Amino acid sequence: MGTKRKRSVTAKKKARATGVRLLVGTRKGAFVLTADGKRDKWDISGPHFAGWEMYHLKGSPADPNRIYASQTSGWFGQKIQRSNDGGKTWEPVGDKFVYEGTPGTHQWYDGTQHPWEFKRIWHLEPSLTDPDTVYAGAEDAALFRTTDGGKSWQELPGLRSAKGHLWQPGAGGMGLHTILLDPSNPDRIYIAISAAGVFRTDDAGKTWRPMNSGLKSPYQLPDPDAEVGHCVHRITLHPSRPGVLFMQKHWDVMRSDNAAESWSEVSGNLPTDFGFPIEVHAHEPETIYVVPIKSDSEHFPPDGKLRVYRSRSGGNEWEALTKGLPQRDCYVNVLRDSMAADSLDPCGVYFGTTGGQVYGSANGGNSWKAIVRDLPAVLSVEAQTLT
Amino acid sequence: MIRVLLPTHLRTLARVRGEALLELPGPVTLGSVLDAIEAAYPVLRGSIRDHVTLRRRPFVRYFACEQDLSHDPAETLLPDPVATGAEPFLIIGALAGG
Repeated sequence: MGTKRKRSVTAKKKARATGVRLLVGTRKGAFVLTADGKRDKWDISGPHFAGWEMYHLKGSPADPNRIYASQTSGWFGQKIQRSNDGGKTWEPVGDKFVYEGTPGTHQWYDGTQHPWEFKRIWHLEPSLTDPDTVYAGAEDAALFRTTDGGKSWQELPGLRSAKGHLWQPGAGGMGLHTILLDPSNPDRIYIAISAAGVFRTDDAGKTWRPMNSGLKSPYQLPDPDAEVGHCVHRITLHPSRPGVLFMQKHWDVMRSDNAAESWSEVSGNLPTDFGFPIEVHAHEPETIYVVPIKSDSEHFPPDGKLRVYRSRSGGNEWEALTKGLPQRDCYVNVLRDSMAADSLDPCGVYFGTTGGQVYGSANGGNSWKAIVRDLPAVLSVEAQTLT
Repeated sequence: MIRVLLPTHLRTLARVRGEALLELPGPVTLGSVLDAIEAAYPVLRGSIRDHVTLRRRPFVRYFACEQDLSHDPAETLLPDPVATGAEPFLIIGALAGG
């Protein structure tokens, strides 16, 4: 007992010595939420870039004060902003995203081929080691990279050679929304596209393979086991086990234990296996979180109850986490890039809703509290653990 | 001196207060004004016209002296009051809502 108490006190001291910064992208601007290690009181700054759609903001793991942000507008196009001081000040950097060579075509809604057209950047993924290197996921789906801090961007065109002519946009657009960098292998990157599926490179982006074996989409594709075309909503991994991946698909929660070579369903006892985000606990690689949504035609939680579901066994067995979350009359959605975890002890978990709430849990999901309630619709949430 | 009025979002982006003022050595055409504003404020490249094709973005409009010049070619001469600075050249975010 004495040892336990001592360990607990040590953990608390450690927690107090650190802090968390949440980077929140919304339909009408960006917000930066900061707290100390207790994660009880939050300072909220913003809106930054008021009125612009802020699809995604993410800090460099190599330099947490270096943050990149995707700023976009139906009127005025794509901008990329960079901060070198943790989000206090920003400067625009390069935003010229041009498909390499002749852009080519992909499948269109009417069965014809349609030229690739750049619309926006959905996701920014800074390198694990170099603050000047960042990957950007685009709509229409393509992967771009900068190695000069955002001044210039080049496409990695090999991705679109991976059966790109068969990719077809879903209702939400054909966006490259997830980029996972393998911490154990700098040449390996996973990406996911809505609605094309998961792809992997093992040669730093030169060549790519579809990695969708085991995914089944019986009501979306004529061939439910098709090599491409699956509506993958989000994938994630724990850095200590980069060969184990978890996926929230349009329907089904999936996992792979062989670096996405094959997938198996782990939806288990979820009330519905439709949803958008999926996140892994910072210290427990088999603990994962999803937010079930009733269906693709009703993008809100079942029964008006906002429930995060946690599995401590890597899927199949799920428990509802409801303490502090609205359990009646709640009809918000949680979008794919809107859930994140910090790496404090205990692990903090956060998510934002289309109703403008950002909820946080400082105890791995056991209880939740609204950090802020009335932001514009939240598009993305990223957590930075500050030391 | 050419006076250019930008929409609020682009003024914020370019950190312009009020109107942007441009000196143009040659003929004051639609294209030369757009070239000049992008040269003076590089952050606006891609936000008024496409980076590569230089085509007007779909929800951007060009107004001058109560005329809509949005569909006019780049070599169109702007009205004298704009060329002399008596009237501003307006870059507008189009009405695109419901």
